[in-house]
Amino acid sequence: MKKRVYINSVGSVSAQKTFENDAFLTEITTHNDTTMSVINPNYKDYIPPAAARRMAKGIKMSTVSSKTALEEAGLDNVDAIIVGTGLGCIGDSEKFISAIIDNKEQFLTPTRFIQSSHNTVSGQIALGIGCKGYNYTYVNGATSFESCLIDAMIQLQLEEAQNVLVGGVDELVAHHVDTHRLIDHIKKTPVESTQLLASKTEGCVMAEGAQFFVLSNEKQASTYGELLAVGTYNSLEKAQLTGTVSKFLAENQLSVDAIDLVILGYNGDVTFDSYYDLLANELFSNTAQAYSKHLSGEYDTASSFAFWLASKVMRTNSLPEVVHLNKVAVPTPKTILLYNQYRGEYHSLVLLRQC
Amino acid sequence: MTDLKLELKEKIIEQLNLEDVSVAEIGDKDPLFGEGLGLDSIDALELIVMLDKDYGIKLADPKEGKQIFESVETMAAYITSKKTE
Repeated sequence: MKKRVYINSVGSVSAQKTFENDAFLTEITTHNDTTMSVINPNYKDYIPPAAARRMAKGIKMSTVSSKTALEEAGLDNVDAIIVGTGLGCIGDSEKFISAIIDNKEQFLTPTRFIQSSHNTVSGQIALGIGCKGYNYTYVNGATSFESCLIDAMIQLQLEEAQNVLVGGVDELVAHHVDTHRLIDHIKKTPVESTQLLASKTEGCVMAEGAQFFVLSNEKQASTYGELLAVGTYNSLEKAQLTGTVSKFLAENQLSVDAIDLVILGYNGDVTFDSYYDLLANELFSNTAQAYSKHLSGEYDTASSFAFWLASKVMRTNSLPEVVHLNKVAVPTPKTILLYNQYRGEYHSLVLLRQC
Repeated sequence: MTDLKLELKEKIIEQLNLEDVSVAEIGDKDPLFGEGLGLDSIDALELIVMLDKDYGIKLADPKEGKQIFESVETMAAYITSKKTE
């Protein structure tokens, strides 16, 4: 019999003050821009200065987030570290490549190169805690984080690991933002975060963040909930969406009525939010709905923030008004479904349950 | 020479991301590696590239590095001696 998969701890560095793990969106930061940066913790409280000086921002955010999760789970080490990222430490990649061009392929130093690879984050976390176990990085666009969840689930269900550190991270850097502005993937005018869905304009508010979780096949006092299933779909036509979601639920012996809360990845892009409208207005019109990207912004692993939100909802048995999308109340958020996609691609479904 | 030492201290701080160190905190004779600034082998590579890029000095014999990079003073003396050659 397969073992169950529990979310035993969470850690987050985001555009909200989430690095303080005890609080749950009690203090909301409103952004009014076309991009959102994280609210930085005091990194010196978590990372020795000698180590921090070579760390890219993505590594710093991930170090804080993973340390928070490990501490809450009461662990010094894990059996596996699995990180999802769309672009890795893109900031150092840009600097390294710029140096190649500016210096005519001469005078290349090692630091930027070391930091520029996608798997730097998982490697640095492993070095930090002395983990010699499985270390893997998934780079699958907006399903990078969900790919990690699938890998971790399989390992935990088959008892190849007992505790797995899973995370999603992406950083916001100038050149990446500039190129995405050129192709109109970022909004042209600033949007106040509370008005994200009312903006009715193209593009998203691009952001950054790092969420980490300890998943385990043993329940403990700190457990937030249970991870039941994950589905990823590289491409889905709108006409296929409701059928795909229904099939996903049926495969997990659930009907639409069994879902107490659906968290939708609305990012305010008028062209692609119609995918979410399909679920919100049809399949889940009588279900409590929530969204999170007005708080986190959009990035390849922004769905890890929604996963963090769902975990906190399960733990606290409450849905903050700031994320509540419709008027349907949530008496008990027992079963939660997360749906995310980016620009009509990289669709994912994640099913969670209180335990 | 004094200007060169100041310049080197500024470059070391910038190049090696020593965010918490100020120019005033680096003494001319302070060891750069080990007990002093605590630099390591990756920093040594950064300093070798800096000598080449900013001062046009290629370190032909890596064994020389240990002596050259002992302190800001030894670095400045080496650069000055190479410039006057």
